[in-house]
Amino acid sequence: MSNTPATLFDKVWDSHVVRKIADGPDVLFIDRHFIHEVTSPVAFLGLESRKLKVMFPEKTFATADHNTPTINQHLPVQDPLSANQLKALEVNAAKYGISHWGLGNPKNGIVHVVGPENGITLPGMTIVCGDSHTSTHGAFGAIAFGIGTSEVEMVLSSQCIMQPKPKKMRISVDGVLGKGITPKDVVLFIISRLTAAGATGYFVEFAGEVFGNMSMEGRMTVCNMSIEMGARGGMIAPDETTFNYIKGREKAPAGAAWDKALAYWKTLKTEEGAVFDKEYRFAAADIEPMITYGTNPGMGIGITKNIPLADAAGGSKSTYEKSLDYMGFHENEAMLGKKVDYVFIGSCTNGRIEDFRAFASIVKNRKKAEGVTAWIVPGSHIVEQQIKEEGILDILTAAGFQLRQPGCSACLAMNDDKIPAGKYAVSTSNRNFEGRQGPGARTMLASPLVAAAAAVTGVVTDPRTLLVD
Amino acid sequence: MAYDKFTVLKSTAVPMPIENVDTDQIIPARFLKATERKGFGDNLFRDWRFNADNTPKKDFVLNNPIYSGKILVGGKNFGSGSSREHAAWAIYDYGFRCVVSSFFADIFKNNSLNIGILPVQISPGFLDKILRAIEADPHAELEVSLPEQKITILASGEFEPFEINSYKKHNLMNGYDDIDYLQSMKEDIRVFAAKSIY
Repeated sequence: MSNTPATLFDKVWDSHVVRKIADGPDVLFIDRHFIHEVTSPVAFLGLESRKLKVMFPEKTFATADHNTPTINQHLPVQDPLSANQLKALEVNAAKYGISHWGLGNPKNGIVHVVGPENGITLPGMTIVCGDSHTSTHGAFGAIAFGIGTSEVEMVLSSQCIMQPKPKKMRISVDGVLGKGITPKDVVLFIISRLTAAGATGYFVEFAGEVFGNMSMEGRMTVCNMSIEMGARGGMIAPDETTFNYIKGREKAPAGAAWDKALAYWKTLKTEEGAVFDKEYRFAAADIEPMITYGTNPGMGIGITKNIPLADAAGGSKSTYEKSLDYMGFHENEAMLGKKVDYVFIGSCTNGRIEDFRAFASIVKNRKKAEGVTAWIVPGSHIVEQQIKEEGILDILTAAGFQLRQPGCSACLAMNDDKIPAGKYAVSTSNRNFEGRQGPGARTMLASPLVAAAAAVTGVVTDPRTLLVD
Repeated sequence: MAYDKFTVLKSTAVPMPIENVDTDQIIPARFLKATERKGFGDNLFRDWRFNADNTPKKDFVLNNPIYSGKILVGGKNFGSGSSREHAAWAIYDYGFRCVVSSFFADIFKNNSLNIGILPVQISPGFLDKILRAIEADPHAELEVSLPEQKITILASGEFEPFEINSYKKHNLMNGYDDIDYLQSMKEDIRVFAAKSIY
């Protein structure tokens, strides 16, 4: 052991290196591998053509989410291509002995929601999935990141991938968040400061009072969007909040195994004096409810602000103009009061119970605005069940909203949940790229509170004006 | 999946000086429904390339017959967003073997290297020079030499070196991939796995 103080990231990474290749990547052992229907079929074909087996099928977990419909899940899937992919996942999982939570299974849901809620995601693990929002699991003090299909094949066949070790960044947010300021606002604020490429090449540790006070759901929202500033992933040191969340979940260790694991997890923190390649420090007091106005997640502002001038925005002016043109927005316009056609709450970013509680806190005793179409999509069946049990469904129904069934839904519009061309959506998802929510769709990313405020007013509204004390 | 070995590529190039070209633009999610790696090139840059009625958009560079070649020259932060390897497949399937930019998103870069596309990262200044050379003459050729790790504007002879680790360089030049390597160290992995607490 060297005497250099280690970061959380170093501790977890270094303990998973099977081999270091000189002037090359590290061979990294993977503790948990999640797969879904979209990025896995070609990996399984690769195994077949090379005549390889799955090395540790018990370390891989499959769930269907990207392509699944969010209504009438009991009926056969209408789109033949989607149905074919879902079938391929089922067949491949059965063939190789992999646990599979397909459509209709009570454990089914978005991969980054079901992993944590079933205790599959644990501190100190390395976790990968063919999905960039795998960074979500970093909320537990795991190294978690998205991989491509070639790498899915690597993990299936060898439980390892080959990665150069990223550089280290720490982002601290000090102080206490104001009323109506949510984890989504914190991460949109950070991305707006760093830009969509500001953390490329780095693995981020989120630190400081704000994250210490945050629930696991909130930490997942933050780590989820690490990729939107280009980071390989983001992580937060596990603490009592983490341990309390995990304890008792189905696949979490129990008894003596729990005690042993807990003792180890408590060592997973950055030591005093550890050095990062880059550090940022922000104040909670500077963060207000955020909303995006452009076509990458770095194009976000406080909801009461005006759209920046091209010269002040940084980056290429023509790219900036192309972006505003796509959105139908202009420099220096206010965001407040802009018309909203669609509201989407859900996704691996904001599809957990706390997000629906927040949404309900604003729509309670109000009515859905006329002209707004709202898609309310829980991240999993377990979340759906909680929504019902806590009375949130009653609040939604009274306000004129309907609850859909779990899945990725309008976040990437692979199923029928597509925002029509030219329409404006306030969305709690993670990407406002051109066409992300449907060809020509115009996305404004925001928190569940901002989404709720838009849903009941029909325009972009500061949720703080609607919150009840 | 086997790919063409990469050594020296001499080709004209297609300029796309847009920043933050994300993988949803490279291949929109609705085209990710295949269970085989086939035909992704047809939908490369689908919504920039085609109108809703599938007619080509005349002002998009891939529809401009003046520009062609196996090298795509993109703006800063190329390949950001989703981890979908389909984006790299679409670029490869369309016929590109090399993407040049001043900055690449990490996952896209990994995916490219894994399937035989060489991502060449150069300075913003040299990227500008390349774009100006293509603007001046759409038939201007670039030479990308992997053995020498340099990219040259052939008309002027100006060049810039680029970085790649020697492991990946060896793989690309010989058509090897990481799966071959990992299969050769299965015993070490088994020993390592036996010690895991998870």
